[in-house]
Amino acid sequence: MKTLRGLIGHLTQFYSEGISPNAFAYILMAPAIIVMFGVVIYPFFYNLVLSFSNMSLRHFKDWHIIGFRQYAQVFGEKVLYTVLLKTVVWTFVNVVFHVTIGVLLALLLNRKLFGKAAIRTLLILPWTIPQVIVALTWRSMFNYEYGALNLFISQYIHMAPVEWLGKPLEAFSACIITNIWLGFPFMMTIALGGLQSIPQELYEAADIDGASGWQKFWSVTAPLLKPVMIPAITLGIIWTFNNVNIIWLVSNGGEPSDQTHILVSYVYKAAFNLYRYGYAAALSMVIFSVLLIFSLLFLKRSRAAEAAY
Amino acid sequence: MKNQNYKIRKSDTASRRGKPKIATLILYFLLIGFTLVVLYPIVNVISISLRPADRLLSTSLKVIPDGASLRSYHVLFTQTPFLLWFWNSVFISAAVTLTGVVLASTAGYAFSRFGFYGKKSAMVGLLVTQMFPPTMLLLPMYIMLLKLHLINSYLGVIIIYTSTALPFCVSQMKGYYDTIPFSLEEAARIDGSTRWRAFREVILPLAAPALVITALFSFMTAWAEYVVAAQVLQDTSLFTLPLGLKQFESSMSTQWGLYAAGSLIISIAAVALFLFLSRWLISGLTLGSVKG
Repeated sequence: MKTLRGLIGHLTQFYSEGISPNAFAYILMAPAIIVMFGVVIYPFFYNLVLSFSNMSLRHFKDWHIIGFRQYAQVFGEKVLYTVLLKTVVWTFVNVVFHVTIGVLLALLLNRKLFGKAAIRTLLILPWTIPQVIVALTWRSMFNYEYGALNLFISQYIHMAPVEWLGKPLEAFSACIITNIWLGFPFMMTIALGGLQSIPQELYEAADIDGASGWQKFWSVTAPLLKPVMIPAITLGIIWTFNNVNIIWLVSNGGEPSDQTHILVSYVYKAAFNLYRYGYAAALSMVIFSVLLIFSLLFLKRSRAAEAAY
Repeated sequence: MKNQNYKIRKSDTASRRGKPKIATLILYFLLIGFTLVVLYPIVNVISISLRPADRLLSTSLKVIPDGASLRSYHVLFTQTPFLLWFWNSVFISAAVTLTGVVLASTAGYAFSRFGFYGKKSAMVGLLVTQMFPPTMLLLPMYIMLLKLHLINSYLGVIIIYTSTALPFCVSQMKGYYDTIPFSLEEAARIDGSTRWRAFREVILPLAAPALVITALFSFMTAWAEYVVAAQVLQDTSLFTLPLGLKQFESSMSTQWGLYAAGSLIISIAAVALFLFLSRWLISGLTLGSVKG
């Protein structure tokens, strides 16, 4: 191990001494590029090829290119549009709650408080717990007879228990509640970082001008928080849109009767439960295009494209 | 820098505007409310993990159940493959972390410091991979692994996890290097170090917070991943922790206590790591991917 390190050191030292900066940059990137080619670029194009093929479990070895037929099928199925609508609702509701709760808590925490560090740590917990566990635990809490939520509803509020996982709307709400719970700490952390970098003098100037707390929020805090939040929100939208974990595990693969799917869980099911490989590849491409177009528009409009990287 | 800003801010709003008490009360009420909502599911799991065998399906909302026992933990370690799954997860996560950190720390540096042909499109490419739906690479890679006979192997999941983690790690590292002044390497270069030594001995140590974030991110990508592992790993002896937990959960009535005990242990590991590293986390995140 030590000799290997020494060897690499000698090699890089020898090469980096006399070479152009460009060559040095390529040497530094080479390992990542090679790995990336194998695990990202090649699979991406392979997926593109699959999306034009008839590959499925039945045609696993003898597959061939069939042109745009898989795409025609994707757009021809009515269920796709329902799923798309659910995906939009899912993403919108989740991100709105994440940002609202996250920024609110960041504002509350951004001051001298008794027990501030402890409260902040506790509030970050949902982010740190593995998503599988969050999903399965909430699923158990949504259980009709023994779940904590229904016990709470019937024992303290004295209302009829809700059939959380048995009905489409309730099951979908259950997924959203779970995802809101786990998603707000990320936004809170980002907002807190952003708030701490706002110069205090601006608030003092606003005080001198006699601004109210509300005015200070909209004229000082919000505009200065925006450049920090926009990239975070873009990421949040993409992550939520693509979050197959929560839907899949809370609703146990789209139950009841595939009514709770969002696009990514729908395509996961098509690929791995129904073995429709060509179809799933085409649908993946469609989802990717939707997301790409959306992100470009969103970043362009918020003029924060450079800030994202 | 940030801490100083914060200290100056002490004399914040409420106290100066005359009604400090009500405002502070509402503030604490909201914070405590949210904290309770955050804590309840965790407390619920703790409570279930302590239930005695005959009361697993109980309708009581008590935090410490009647006849509390540690039996579930004992069974978990002695009568299930939990420890084996634990080591599987550790091994896979460590491999993904090592790959992610080594490759991202060098490639990110190249992206940050040098202008070269194709740099801009490569950066856009990294951003674009974040928009891939999970199945986009999973499906072709699953088929590739089937053809290479790597299904049901550690290597198979490690490859897929690397493809998820690596692009994010590279751009994370790049973002952080961007915040380190160029003059530092220039000084080192004038003093006669090679480009490699300037990077290795001057810049890399300064990028420690970002390295920690990158490591944490890669580790977490693998540590608690379910959707990929569920397709690639089929033998119970190769299972990672999330697959094991799901197996307990699927047969709910009998192994409910095992599920709760197992998820507590896994979460404690993850949370401890996260909190231990959180000092770097805030600065790494806000300076790196999202410039604060």
